[in-house]
Amino acid sequence: MAATTIAANASQGSRRTSFEVWRGDAGGGAFRTYEAEILEGMVVLDALHQIQKEQAPDLAVRWNCKAGKCGSCSAEVNGRPRLTCMTRMSDLPDDQPVRVEPMRTFPLIRDLVTDVSWNFEVKKKVRPFRARPPDADDGTWRMDQRDVDRVMEFRKCIECFLCQDVCHVLREHHYHDSFVGPRFLIYAAALEMHPLDTEDRREDLRRDYGIGYCNITKCCTDVCPEHITITDNGIIPLKERVVDHAYDPLGKLVQIVLRRGKKE
Amino acid sequence: MNETAVSLLKLPRSSFGETSRRDAWWVKPLAVLIGLSAFIVYSTWAAFQGEHYHFGNYLSPFYSPELWGESHHAWLGGPRPAWWPGWLLFSPALLILWAPAGFRLTCYYYRGAYYKAFWADPPSCAVGEPRSGYRGERSFPLIFQNVHRYFLYLALAFLVVLSIDAWNALWFEDGLGGEAFGIGVGTLVLTANVILLGGYTLGCHSFRHLIGGRLTRISSRPLQYKCYTGCSALNRRHQLWAWMSLFWVGFTDVYVRLCSMGVWTDWRIL
Repeated sequence: MAATTIAANASQGSRRTSFEVWRGDAGGGAFRTYEAEILEGMVVLDALHQIQKEQAPDLAVRWNCKAGKCGSCSAEVNGRPRLTCMTRMSDLPDDQPVRVEPMRTFPLIRDLVTDVSWNFEVKKKVRPFRARPPDADDGTWRMDQRDVDRVMEFRKCIECFLCQDVCHVLREHHYHDSFVGPRFLIYAAALEMHPLDTEDRREDLRRDYGIGYCNITKCCTDVCPEHITITDNGIIPLKERVVDHAYDPLGKLVQIVLRRGKKE
Repeated sequence: MNETAVSLLKLPRSSFGETSRRDAWWVKPLAVLIGLSAFIVYSTWAAFQGEHYHFGNYLSPFYSPELWGESHHAWLGGPRPAWWPGWLLFSPALLILWAPAGFRLTCYYYRGAYYKAFWADPPSCAVGEPRSGYRGERSFPLIFQNVHRYFLYLALAFLVVLSIDAWNALWFEDGLGGEAFGIGVGTLVLTANVILLGGYTLGCHSFRHLIGGRLTRISSRPLQYKCYTGCSALNRRHQLWAWMSLFWVGFTDVYVRLCSMGVWTDWRIL
């Protein structure tokens, strides 16, 4: 297979690699094979652009910054949700074709482009930030850096939706109407743990955002290009807050006793 | 129903094991399946033995605390409680082993691992599942995973008991009816067991929440903040602690058992 997929050209430091790229739309499609000349330092998006330029000018690819910060070029490379602009060709096995296909969790528009608008609708469901009254007379607040650090991690999210793509609750079970997905649990965590926020989203998390559907497989953490510890630092702490709210009668009892003790 | 909602209904569903992944995605869940199955089989066998669980000042962690039992470690005498039905097999481990087992069963790390390995839900990331139905941890029976913090309280108590066992493992019979300080290989084995279980228990996600994670402005409580920071450091390697402590608690039982059976000799260092 290596002989058919790669023709190494050692003198120029390049090699030809086969790509299996999904071509089609919501009505159907198939993988089509292309070849690209791979030079040192190239990423998958570079190869797709080369294919688009030389062999398939009608290939639909969404991209923008080519620096891993806009989250536009999300796709599946060899079955793993990845940003194509951050996936180095040198990191992929070179003895078989590179398979590139669109994200499976969202409706296909064409080729590698999916309709991710569902995510923006879901975002509107999350209860917005509500600040406590200002700390100072000039209408400003004071926050400790240690409290801010915890939520800063969540704010690195670039909304590439790879975590939504890999989450099996959405990908395999299509619970788009009852589960907001890891991206918006992280969004809720950023608000819920914000040192100025006063809103209580715990019942929303339990009832409306479907946090109970998450079974902690950590696939979202694995694919995050910003290396946000989605499960351990975001979703599980939220699950624990939901336990405080709905599933811990002993804890509630202790709180009542402590509150009564303080009053007396 | 808007256009997006309609097109969401048309999303493809994978068949079991269907994936474009090129890596050996099945290796990790298979390793978890084998590792956990081996531990469950061995610990169940060991719990039902009811003998060779103590050797001098050493007590197997599968049998600690020994509430009723044949050894001098028993808190309430022995060999079995008066209320235990005579026809029913008795082993001191049966009275206590449900607590650490429940702690591990409801542990956030193990949950994610065994949902994949034992239930293929999913078999691995971006791999097709065998079932189309899914209830998650939102309803019966998995909603009971939320009791994890209650098992944590018990696990913390067990940690104290096992620390006392490690302390007792420092004091050997001197042959004159008294006790003398000493260190045997078994002392090191029991001490390592407490350290590894401590790393696992004190890095627990529920503990991290209760110790300070639940606070939005944790900086206002410096002591809790320090505890939270320490717990978070352990939590970053929770998976590693989970496996190391699981292996070592099993090995500790093996060590005490084989010493008690005369197969292994407990070498004295001091």
